[in-house]
Amino acid sequence: MNKPFATVLDPGTSLNNKTGSWRTIRPEYVHRLPPCNVTCPAGENIQQWLSLAQEGRFFEAWLEMIKDNPFPATMGRVCYHTCETTCNRVQFDGAVNINLIERSIGDIAISKNWKFSPPEKSSGKNVLIIGAGPSGLSAAYFLRKFGHNVTIYESHKLPGGMARYGVPKYRLPRHILDAEIQRIIDLGVNIKCNQKVDCLNDVKDKFDAVYLAVGASLASQTDIEISDDSKTVDAIDLFKNLEDYPDEVPNLGQKVLVYGGGNTAIDAARTALRLGAKSVKIIYRRTINNMPAHESEIQEALSEGVEIHCLRTISSIKGEKILLAKMNYDEETNNLFKTGETELVIADSVIFAIGQSVEDSIVKNTKGILISNKGVIEINKSMQTGVKGVFAGGDVIHGKRTVTHAIGYGKKAAKSIDAFLNGKEYEPNLKNEIANFKKLNTEYYKSDKRKEVCRLGELNFEEKDVSYSDEQIIQESNRCFSCGNCFHCDNCYAYCPDNAIIKHEDGTLEFNYDYCKGCGICAKECPCGSIRMVTDDIN
Amino acid sequence: MSSLTMGNRFGRNTTVQSENNRPNSLTSGHRACQGCGEALAARCSLDAAYIETKGNIAVVNATGCLEVFSCAYPENSWNIPWVHSLFGNAAAVASGVAAAFKSQKKDIRVIAQGGDGGTTDIGMACLSGMFERNDDVLYICYDNEAYMNTGVQRSSATLTFARTATTLPNGQYMGNDIRTGKNVPEIAMAHGIPYVASASIGDIHDLEKKVKKAIHIKGAKYIQIHSPCPLGWGYPTENTIQLAKLAIKCGLYPLFEAENGVVVNSTAIDNIISVESYLKGQKRFAHLFGKNAQVNSWKVIQELANNHIRKYKLGEVVYE
Repeated sequence: MNKPFATVLDPGTSLNNKTGSWRTIRPEYVHRLPPCNVTCPAGENIQQWLSLAQEGRFFEAWLEMIKDNPFPATMGRVCYHTCETTCNRVQFDGAVNINLIERSIGDIAISKNWKFSPPEKSSGKNVLIIGAGPSGLSAAYFLRKFGHNVTIYESHKLPGGMARYGVPKYRLPRHILDAEIQRIIDLGVNIKCNQKVDCLNDVKDKFDAVYLAVGASLASQTDIEISDDSKTVDAIDLFKNLEDYPDEVPNLGQKVLVYGGGNTAIDAARTALRLGAKSVKIIYRRTINNMPAHESEIQEALSEGVEIHCLRTISSIKGEKILLAKMNYDEETNNLFKTGETELVIADSVIFAIGQSVEDSIVKNTKGILISNKGVIEINKSMQTGVKGVFAGGDVIHGKRTVTHAIGYGKKAAKSIDAFLNGKEYEPNLKNEIANFKKLNTEYYKSDKRKEVCRLGELNFEEKDVSYSDEQIIQESNRCFSCGNCFHCDNCYAYCPDNAIIKHEDGTLEFNYDYCKGCGICAKECPCGSIRMVTDDIN
Repeated sequence: MSSLTMGNRFGRNTTVQSENNRPNSLTSGHRACQGCGEALAARCSLDAAYIETKGNIAVVNATGCLEVFSCAYPENSWNIPWVHSLFGNAAAVASGVAAAFKSQKKDIRVIAQGGDGGTTDIGMACLSGMFERNDDVLYICYDNEAYMNTGVQRSSATLTFARTATTLPNGQYMGNDIRTGKNVPEIAMAHGIPYVASASIGDIHDLEKKVKKAIHIKGAKYIQIHSPCPLGWGYPTENTIQLAKLAIKCGLYPLFEAENGVVVNSTAIDNIISVESYLKGQKRFAHLFGKNAQVNSWKVIQELANNHIRKYKLGEVVYE
């Protein structure tokens, strides 16, 4: 030993001192579910495609969209974007304009003619889908991707269902819808139009599985007294005629009443304006705040000059004289009753938009398929009806009736059918914890106002082009907080007083539990809530 | 995405601390408490200086937490040339090191560093001498507002009314009520040295920018970095950065730069907050808000913050 006085140990680095032993709690990286993804009825991984769009990688973003939804351009127009309602940025400076980004990228995909890649394998199984609406087409797309042969029977002249026969052109131009349906046809899906199936038993035996997606295309009936000289039309029939016979423009007259408070009523009213009506009034029984129609649709209708008369029902229609009963509505008790007062209005025609019901003749003779007292088909949790191998989804089952929900049902049904054809039962993945606003540290986000556009155009059936430019897509998608999932801001790595985080060449991060003392700074300073502190195991 | 974070996927406005090849001047295994602000401040400053000089730095350390926790015999946490002598003489030793490099015609930048005790109290005479001679040293003071390593005794940087081991609140006595302490950045400015700045681990972009600028300037430089201490201040360890940010936002810790004795730049505060929200998160001020507290005694501290806001032009005074 040849050391100076009082020196007994060799000098060394403090790396020998594993301070991880001090720790009682430890950080770990987690993936939490962003609220937008949670609320998307089609189950899109919105955050993931926004992240790709931030880098200008629009093709990859589009590929991410079509993992869950084969209709990005359509969705970017007609979806009621519940994602934006729950976006955590609402509590900061306004939701990310997810809907318009989806539309813009969907439009790029159409203009660049991006296609779906063909299925990787073939199962040899045959699936019949009845109804080529959003739900049927969505199911067809996923089933085809799984390798099954898919045939769709559609009763209308053209595929598209309510996206074509329920949404006016000014909201969804048909060349957009056609382009996105064509992609599904190009995938090898066989769509037979003008092919109405009257009885399921006649066709189902030729197939390994059936998906019933016939929708709800019957206008609900009312018991209003209507005289023979009155001019009334169901909204759904009006839309169908406009679509199948575009040369025959219906004459609704100068003054039009629309009866109902849903999105169809709003669409009917705005369509009436475009058909030349000078005055269009919506008659709705509850208050404007209780209208089922989407807020933005109501606002756009009001801006176009549609009047909304709330707290009224139609009692009778005699020629052009329409008798309204005034209503009283108590929001707390949900009590709706007539006040006894009446009001007479003059109108040339009345459009009914009071709901649609399922045409159940197709399943009436099929033993085992149950129709609930609400007139919809009953299914189990894997979307199967009472008959083995027959599944149902979209508007024919109990649930919300929007195009996005229909696409979501189609996806879920396809997964269930695929599992069924493989002799299994579909089990959805367990969901992660939700990344709500409280889990974020918003100090690290810069304020940046949402880039709003005005969708209102001229009063015709042309759509106003409001899609973002490439730069605008990048700018707006950069507003995403990336709630619950690391976006490589490196805060944890930079702030750790103990260098207990390893940053790899590719930017990924890893905790070095040899040195982590468990102070929790990383979790506190993580902007997006993707670090969680947990009690450490004592070994 | 956001340039307020330490790094980002696009490489825009990132910090040295976000680089995967940062030098880690102060390496793992040191014995600083959980959530130590000083350990973080030292690594941030020295890494920035290291990158800026391509590794040509030498560091002289005063006695204090930083020295004690980084070199417990026989281990050492420093990945850079580093020397420790005494509590009060870091500035003098650094002057000597700088003179030695100069005589050898080596372009190695010298940094002296210490806590507020070793700087504002014990090392004041040597520091003032270094300033007055304009020796080519960057002196960095990690300010955690008391002598933490010996058991939280008051220093001349301790904030008014703070509870320390030597200023325990008792009845009418409100803790550290011995005036307002020394404003060492102002003392440094009074020497007319080329560069003086204040920084904080609550704003690492700003901290790195100031160190990178100072390290190249010839002559005496002084940077004081606010470094919250979970043990001495009494707050949960994860709040270190949050408290540093709050101290900036309420005006108590103004961020500014001065050249040749004149303030040339200060960081304006976007939304000034009340000092109350800063003080309430710390046990050393709990007696100001407990049931036996004298009403609004913390307003004295608000006045200190307001003075800073006016003096360094940080914005409009909101809380009187």
